[in-house]
Amino acid sequence: MNNISAYALEIDDLTVAYNSKPALWDVDLRVPQGVMMAIVGPNGAGKSTLIKAALSLVPRTAGTVRFFGQPYDKARSMVGYVPQRSSVDWDFPTTALDVVMMGLYGRLGWFRRPSKATRQAALQALDQVGLADFAQRQIGQLSGGQQQRVFLARALVQDASLYFMDEPFAAVDAVTERAIVAVLHALRARGKTVIVVHHDLQTVSEYFDWVALLNVRLIASGSVANTFTQDNLRRTYGGRVALIDQHNENIVQLPNTASAQAVGFGD
Amino acid sequence: MSQAQERLSWLWIGLLALLGMALIPFSQWAFGINYDYTLRNVALGGALLGAVTGFIGCFAVLRRESLVGDTVSHAALPGVAIAFLLAGRQMSLLLLGAAASSWLGIQLVQGLVRTTRLKREAAMAIVLAAWFAFGLALLSYIQNRADAGQAGLKSFIFGQAAAIIESDVQLIGLVGSALVALVVLFWKEFKLITFDIEFARADGHPVNALSVLLSTLIVIVIILGLQLAGVVLVVGLLIAPASAARQWTQRLEKMVILAAVFGALSGGSGAVISALDADIPTGPMIIVAAFTIVLISLVFAPQRGILWARRRVAPSQDA
Repeated sequence: MNNISAYALEIDDLTVAYNSKPALWDVDLRVPQGVMMAIVGPNGAGKSTLIKAALSLVPRTAGTVRFFGQPYDKARSMVGYVPQRSSVDWDFPTTALDVVMMGLYGRLGWFRRPSKATRQAALQALDQVGLADFAQRQIGQLSGGQQQRVFLARALVQDASLYFMDEPFAAVDAVTERAIVAVLHALRARGKTVIVVHHDLQTVSEYFDWVALLNVRLIASGSVANTFTQDNLRRTYGGRVALIDQHNENIVQLPNTASAQAVGFGD
Repeated sequence: MSQAQERLSWLWIGLLALLGMALIPFSQWAFGINYDYTLRNVALGGALLGAVTGFIGCFAVLRRESLVGDTVSHAALPGVAIAFLLAGRQMSLLLLGAAASSWLGIQLVQGLVRTTRLKREAAMAIVLAAWFAFGLALLSYIQNRADAGQAGLKSFIFGQAAAIIESDVQLIGLVGSALVALVVLFWKEFKLITFDIEFARADGHPVNALSVLLSTLIVIVIILGLQLAGVVLVVGLLIAPASAARQWTQRLEKMVILAAVFGALSGGSGAVISALDADIPTGPMIIVAAFTIVLISLVFAPQRGILWARRRVAPSQDA
């Protein structure tokens, strides 16, 4: 079923506008199956909007999106989603385990209660992200990093082929960052495709093998080795690249080391 | 929370419900209240209504729709008055008018937000005030007409439990059970869209339909409570028990049951107290009772209460 198209995601002529101001302009993007892709770009570049427009969470002004060669309605069960942590109220009266089980509600269907198997699957996913001991904890009593991992676990139980993650590394602790990276690489090892909105340019070549540079328009996309170049970064970030040069010298050097690091991850 | 603690907390909720029911024989013995046919209806109607509003109100609170509830209830008043002018005092038609008027008000709020630069709260406050003012004007017009049977209309402002008859109690019981049954049927979907609507949408749930259904249930429960609690304060019966219940538990399942118990306690006791003297309006009595429960919950609840927070801070200050 996965071989209907070589691409996990195909976006054509995608334009999204809020109040007649374009957030995304004429984006064409092909994401091959099995890659781990970072979407990078400056604030307001439309990174989250790209994910949300692909998932039909915001209306598209124009353009088509296909998943494994199929429209979203047909491919929903193959697509998993991790929203931004700040998009929900963590004071909600429920437990970590309960939130993870929400990832299985769609499959359960109407009027059916979560079964023992549902619980078991959710517990397993929590274990995978290192939170087995926190299953019964109210979600507001978890740290920000733990909350992010609960969201990741909820996506894992969806058992999708393509995952979208909106800034999973935003404001998390080092333990969580390592745990998330480990889970992402485990997903890639199983042939899954992962698309991540990412902020930290320094870790792009370490964590990812594919990259899309976005600033309202798609500047470039492709393998990190060929695409994550100083020239493309400058075109993406415009005048602000001077700041990056100044604070993170290694960013400027990345194009030379990227190919070695992209495949050489592991700790 | 361990399994043992979990079971214990259910026991507490059960005990509280029993204690609430014991209020009736207790008030008979202590205050000599005679539960005749009228007062039985009042007590039962108030308690039933409180239980249903408390249960459904949890979703209004968690979806941050308290102000929407207030707009719905205030916007109902002109509908009540117009229905009376057209068809006379017939409860079912009055409530239908209330619902239509509320619906129009909410549509106007949404239209204002879409087409103007007004913020949502401002739009709601404007519609709430305008509809309520129009309703009051209509009511005083009706009162100045030489017409009997208008007397009960004024009770829609602050509520009047003494006017409740057996068929009203049956209506509350019937509609209330249907509402609760719907929430139970769609429990996991309602929980999901209340917690994380974006994920629900991405996961393929019919979020718009579910959202409309849940909002409709909230509106129906408000309309149902108009006669008893009045348009000004019925929202309190929706919000207060849920807010109090949230203080005592970290589980939605428990929160709705506890809110129903709190709502029944407030609704029942408030209605009975107000029915003892025709001059005491019911809405305010119910809300005084509900607010007392909220106050106790805000101060004394473990973990979330003010006292608990103090106690946790204190040792570190000593050290």
